[in-house]
Amino acid sequence: MTRQGNIIYINGPVVKADHMEGFMVREMVMVGEKKLIGEVISLENDLGTVQVYEETTGLKIGEKMYGTGKPLSLKLGPGILGNIFDGIERPLSKIYDSGNRFIPEGIGLLSIDEEKYWDVEIIVKTGAKLKSGEIFARVQETTMIVHQIMVPPGVKGKVVSSAKNGSYKISDILVVLEDDNGKKFKLNMFQEWPVRKSRPNIRRMPIEKLLVTGQRIIDTFFPLAKGGTAAIPGGFGTGKTITQHQLAKWSDADIIVYIGCGERGNEMTEVLEDFPKLKDPTTGNPLMDRTVLIANTSNMPVAAREASIYTGITIAEYFRDMGYNVAVMADSTSRWAEALREISGRLEEMPAEEGYPAYLASRLAAFYERAGYFQNLNGSEGSITIIGAVSPAGGDFSEPVTKSTKRIVGTFLALDQELAHARHFPSINWLLSYSSYIPILEDWFKENVAPDMLQIRSKMMGILQEENKLMDIVKLVGEDVLPDDQRIILEIAKIIKNGYLQQNAFHAQDLYTVLPQQYQMLKVIKELYDRANNCIKKGIPLSKVKDETLFSDIVMMKYQKVEGKGKIFQEIIDRINQYYNDIEEMYKEGSIDES
Amino acid sequence: MKVKYLKLEKAEGPLIIMDGVKEAVYGELVDIQVSKKEHRTGKVVQIDKGRVIIQVFQGSSGISLNDVSVSFSGKPMEIPMTNEILGRVFSGTAKPMDGAGEIYSTKNYNINGRPMNPVARLYPRNYIHTGISSIDGLMTLIRGQKLPIFSGDGLPHNQLAAQIVRQARISEEETSSFAVIFAAMGIKHDEADFFRKVFEEAGVMDRVVMFLNLADDPVMERVITPRCALTAAEYLAFECDMHVLVIMTDITSYCEALREISSAREEVPSRKGYPGYLYSDLASLYERAGMLKGSEGSITQIAILTMPNDDITHPVPDLTGYITEGQIVLSRSLYQMGIYPPINILPSLSRLMKDGIGKEYTREDHPDIANQVFSSYSKVQEVRSLAQIIGEDELSEVDRKYMEFGRQFEEKFAKQDFEEYRDINQTLEIMWELLRILPEQELTRIDPSLAKKYLRK
Repeated sequence: MTRQGNIIYINGPVVKADHMEGFMVREMVMVGEKKLIGEVISLENDLGTVQVYEETTGLKIGEKMYGTGKPLSLKLGPGILGNIFDGIERPLSKIYDSGNRFIPEGIGLLSIDEEKYWDVEIIVKTGAKLKSGEIFARVQETTMIVHQIMVPPGVKGKVVSSAKNGSYKISDILVVLEDDNGKKFKLNMFQEWPVRKSRPNIRRMPIEKLLVTGQRIIDTFFPLAKGGTAAIPGGFGTGKTITQHQLAKWSDADIIVYIGCGERGNEMTEVLEDFPKLKDPTTGNPLMDRTVLIANTSNMPVAAREASIYTGITIAEYFRDMGYNVAVMADSTSRWAEALREISGRLEEMPAEEGYPAYLASRLAAFYERAGYFQNLNGSEGSITIIGAVSPAGGDFSEPVTKSTKRIVGTFLALDQELAHARHFPSINWLLSYSSYIPILEDWFKENVAPDMLQIRSKMMGILQEENKLMDIVKLVGEDVLPDDQRIILEIAKIIKNGYLQQNAFHAQDLYTVLPQQYQMLKVIKELYDRANNCIKKGIPLSKVKDETLFSDIVMMKYQKVEGKGKIFQEIIDRINQYYNDIEEMYKEGSIDES
Repeated sequence: MKVKYLKLEKAEGPLIIMDGVKEAVYGELVDIQVSKKEHRTGKVVQIDKGRVIIQVFQGSSGISLNDVSVSFSGKPMEIPMTNEILGRVFSGTAKPMDGAGEIYSTKNYNINGRPMNPVARLYPRNYIHTGISSIDGLMTLIRGQKLPIFSGDGLPHNQLAAQIVRQARISEEETSSFAVIFAAMGIKHDEADFFRKVFEEAGVMDRVVMFLNLADDPVMERVITPRCALTAAEYLAFECDMHVLVIMTDITSYCEALREISSAREEVPSRKGYPGYLYSDLASLYERAGMLKGSEGSITQIAILTMPNDDITHPVPDLTGYITEGQIVLSRSLYQMGIYPPINILPSLSRLMKDGIGKEYTREDHPDIANQVFSSYSKVQEVRSLAQIIGEDELSEVDRKYMEFGRQFEEKFAKQDFEEYRDINQTLEIMWELLRILPEQELTRIDPSLAKKYLRK
């Protein structure tokens, strides 16, 4: 039966048609003679409302609407990694290769490459019983990632035949299963999965591992967790994208899904040009080999922006099912929310706050809830970490998207306009940000970094808090009138800010700091504070306690090349001890009396 | 000729509504004959069965419901393009205005363009030498970038844009591959004349294409003007391999026109009455800047917008800042202090700068020193507000040095004559000279090896 609707209404991405009785809600449809891709969002009697993922200019009243009989789905299989797709998983490089520098309409539903041959290793034998999610073949997809070919969810049975190891296209049949009722399933290299439905798993597991990012302020002060969620809100120019790029480059996830949602075209191009050249710090392989890009730039159709987030997270879940730790960067979730708002407006729904639909908060929550640490159907463990950028209108954190996001996420990295103006990057405000994962990760830090890592962290945090209070006074009367025991707090806070929190994403030494080194740097600062503070307590004046070269060398230690086990940090600690031993000695003898 | 429709159901503001239309095409161009002599142009913006809403670029004033004839073209708005457009002046809807005749071409171009495929883009890395210290040193303009000027009423944004056009050309090796496209939206006649004069004086008039929708021209045409201009830019850049500089002014008037249409269509407003799709709409203009693989040319955009009440959080500058690759922010207080160009460097930014400066492009010390100047000048602001309370004499010695740094920065670096051209080495040397005012341990942003080489020489 060919089901056809008849278009009667067009308003931007929203199209309505009649004679739509046989269609389903969320069914994928082809719209008009150009066969634009769309999705049914509601049905009423014979009238269907459809959102179209391509530009509708040129669409004519009376053109037909064709059903496909299935929901908007993704093809999941080898060929995803290292690639760039649009919001509904159409490969942009393939579109470019076919001679289109601009994105045309009506190119149909392309997906991962069906012509490419992959070297497949079959790992099951005839007669084996396979459950849903179980791995039956392997493909070395890129230098660092083995693509596990799994039995699709909902399918199980006994292997009745299997192909030999060798070179195959993704649609070639590799294994045939027969279930208890004698029903046969032919399994090839890919599976199709509806974008809006989360992929099944056995259970959620507790979050207990750090997602190491190499960014000092994040790892030490506001850590992310594997399976956790984070939001990075900030006005324009505060460095959301650079922070996201840094996380995509240096975090220790196995797979990165980067969703450029309503952002600049050049930023996607930058990733495409840079990532293949960057090397993974642990394996030395190009970073692009573990990265998938989903691009719906700000001038691409708005409905596909809404879908791009789901496309990204579905791909992430697929790799999670193989037992990988996946990090999803969504830049920016505000553009996604605005896409919701635009479509909602065209559907003439009743708006809630600032024109956003009333379901904004629940949609956001549903998206972030797809993050987590899971036990997969095949027994392996995998995680999805979601890091969403938020672009609040006017930089105001009380707007609906920031507010609703803040309620859901575990780590909140508030970017600050003033820090950005002073080119203090990452411009994460240490007073407004928080991470609720610190108590959960306590054991992890103890086992993997140092037992006193978090103690030093809270001490440093205390100094920063204290400095903030003192700055209120300094702004009124100047620094000179404060007593020395308060001025030393300001001096140490300065070192923490300039020498630790600030991190230059473009400096060869500074762009990435491994955890042991973060710990050592913290120790140096703590040592300096303890010794200096002790001297002040003994009545030694700040002018003696603050040695310009020593202080500035500590600020600059981040630029030093670290070899071996961080000898340079031990050297600085020795210098600190030497210096303060000497002045304590001098004052003890009473040979100098300045008072 | 297609069917003509002779009756309207409603005419209000920029919209006309008619019923009983067969086969309307979404987004198609419509011709409305108002009287024997007068034709107007419109665009189909919504179709509901036979009921069609048309946005009339010249407004509905003077249109009667019965005495009118509407015909549908079946196509979106297209304009002819050849390289003969260089040196010509067009109206806001791309009609020749200089009496030099129509443009004939076998190829017509849809003014809405299409989104560039990110895979086809070339990441811009080549810097444009503007000869203006604040820009070259601290917010370097890159070929293929979109860098708007956030200004206020009465500030010298036009002079700044003119200076960029004039001086950027000097460093151009081949002038033959250079073009300027000027899109005016709702600006005054004298402003348009100012630009024309600047182009003439710089001797580039034959490489300029102007699209003028001035303050007294139909408001709705403003929505078309930048699209015509960018279509011309794309043609010259990607088919004729030219380096195109597009100046669009004033984006705020453009957005107001958009708001007027939106409210006439009774759409749900978002902030300050602007439509919810303002972001996507602005993006459909700004994202047409860039470079493409397979073409030598580039489109660099300098959009000028006046911030209502100098408020940078107003939706127009706010959404612009989220799309463009940085911004140049002008400050009223600097201008009142007699500083030209009154660029407030702290909120200003060039996002592409990081990849277009340094050893391979300008000089190895450029990234660090720019970083340091930003950081020190932001400290100057703190010290100044403290000095206002306790007086400058009570400041600590280091803070007094910051005060001096701030003064000299504005006098020696930011301030520059309208005719003055400084090359990049001059600009960087002034920056080092300024930093020498400060104690060395304050310069934490400079790599020790660079400090050795440049600071202490």
